[in-house]
Amino acid sequence: MITKRLIACFDVVDGRVTKAKNFQDNIDVEDAVTIATRLYEQQIDEIIFYDIKASAEKRRIDLNTVKRVGEEVFVPFTVGGGIRNIVDMYDVLKAGAEKISIDSMAVRNPNIITDGSLAFGSQCIVLSMQVKNVGKSEKIPSGYEVAIDGARVFTGMDAIEWAIRGEALGAGEICVNSIDGDGTMAGYDLDITGRIAKAVNIPVIASGGAGKVSHLFDLFLQTEASAAIISSMLYSPRIDKNYLVSEIKEELLLNGIPMHPIRN
Amino acid sequence: MIGIIDYKAGNGPSVLNALNKVNAEAMLVSDPEMMLKMDALILPGVGSAQATMTSLEDLNCIEALGEFVFVLKRPFLGICVGLQVLFENSEEGNAKCLGFLKGNVRKFPADKVRVPQMGWNKARFLVDNPILIGLNEEEYFYFVNSYYVVPQDDSIILSTTDYAGEFCSMICLNNIFAAQFHIEKSGEAGLTMLRNFVGMAGKSFGKEQR
Repeated sequence: MITKRLIACFDVVDGRVTKAKNFQDNIDVEDAVTIATRLYEQQIDEIIFYDIKASAEKRRIDLNTVKRVGEEVFVPFTVGGGIRNIVDMYDVLKAGAEKISIDSMAVRNPNIITDGSLAFGSQCIVLSMQVKNVGKSEKIPSGYEVAIDGARVFTGMDAIEWAIRGEALGAGEICVNSIDGDGTMAGYDLDITGRIAKAVNIPVIASGGAGKVSHLFDLFLQTEASAAIISSMLYSPRIDKNYLVSEIKEELLLNGIPMHPIRN
Repeated sequence: MIGIIDYKAGNGPSVLNALNKVNAEAMLVSDPEMMLKMDALILPGVGSAQATMTSLEDLNCIEALGEFVFVLKRPFLGICVGLQVLFENSEEGNAKCLGFLKGNVRKFPADKVRVPQMGWNKARFLVDNPILIGLNEEEYFYFVNSYYVVPQDDSIILSTTDYAGEFCSMICLNNIFAAQFHIEKSGEAGLTMLRNFVGMAGKSFGKEQR
């Protein structure tokens, strides 16, 4: 049986991991390669790395850090931020990443999803979406609107409709980032994550809000999400307790959630 | 020297990183002449069987691969799509594959499970094999696949995995090894397997027939 995945996510600026709350107020945490290597050694299932300033600064992604992480981390590694076309995707994959996360750029140019999946396979393309609860309306029937550019610009697009369209365009995975939940450590948005997971047949990753193991337990019991992004729990200086990957996995396994157990 | 076949849609650099980690002497190769000089070859794969076959045709290396495997009989390792293209044909775009092994490639039932399968799943090893030294009878590996192989000859199946039923997740026939999972992205279990494969480089699997 396929297991649920725990994904460590890093927002990287100039090779350093930072931590935000509600997509703002980033504080410096640690060197990206050091923290990625440490979590690999703790047997995290997967790693995601966002170059959060590449897009805003209109520059290419920090390939040097991607390359250094790829040399030390032997679990799947997704990279996002500042990817504009398949040439950029190719460079990131050649630097040692497996998957590419596209977010704002996919909203601006949805064809990039199709171009990427045709060139490298849909398994390579993660459609990441920032969603916010805005209440149901005619335009936003799900009640969740898609935002871009670090949750600063609202698109008028409905989250569930965008997820379904993303799958049709060739995305291999969908990452649902809750703007309201980001960095709050108050739990995932189970409502929208669950509804998107039901609406598509590709794996869905929940992101935003994990602060303790019970949040993961709730996510995997109450929704069909395949994976969960955790970051604050692992390394945020804003939280009282940072967990070891083994502590999280053992507790989930004890509660019947299928996980890749720690290998001694 | 271990050669990793480097083609556009492949993830050769990731495999090279993993081989570097286990202190193997390895390089990316795209020239058929160079491939024949290697002590062992790895065919990595991501993307579709058809795209991989097209890439191999573009490199003009299909004949060299056949010679490496069946004439030189040196160790060969296929990963993911690198396993699938060893068979005769794939349901994916009705692709005609290398045909080194008898059997076909089929799609997971999308009405029963999420496709692609993506994540860590358990391989159960059915028989002993030198590539499994240091591994337990069951190990978790990282999978990303919408298709799986159905060998005609069950005796080449090295492991099975459950996703909408049991499917063949690794094969071995003499000097041919191939896994559906991403050995290079499966943590220490994957690195152990790679270390075992590297240890076979230069070993004889029968007389070279030149």
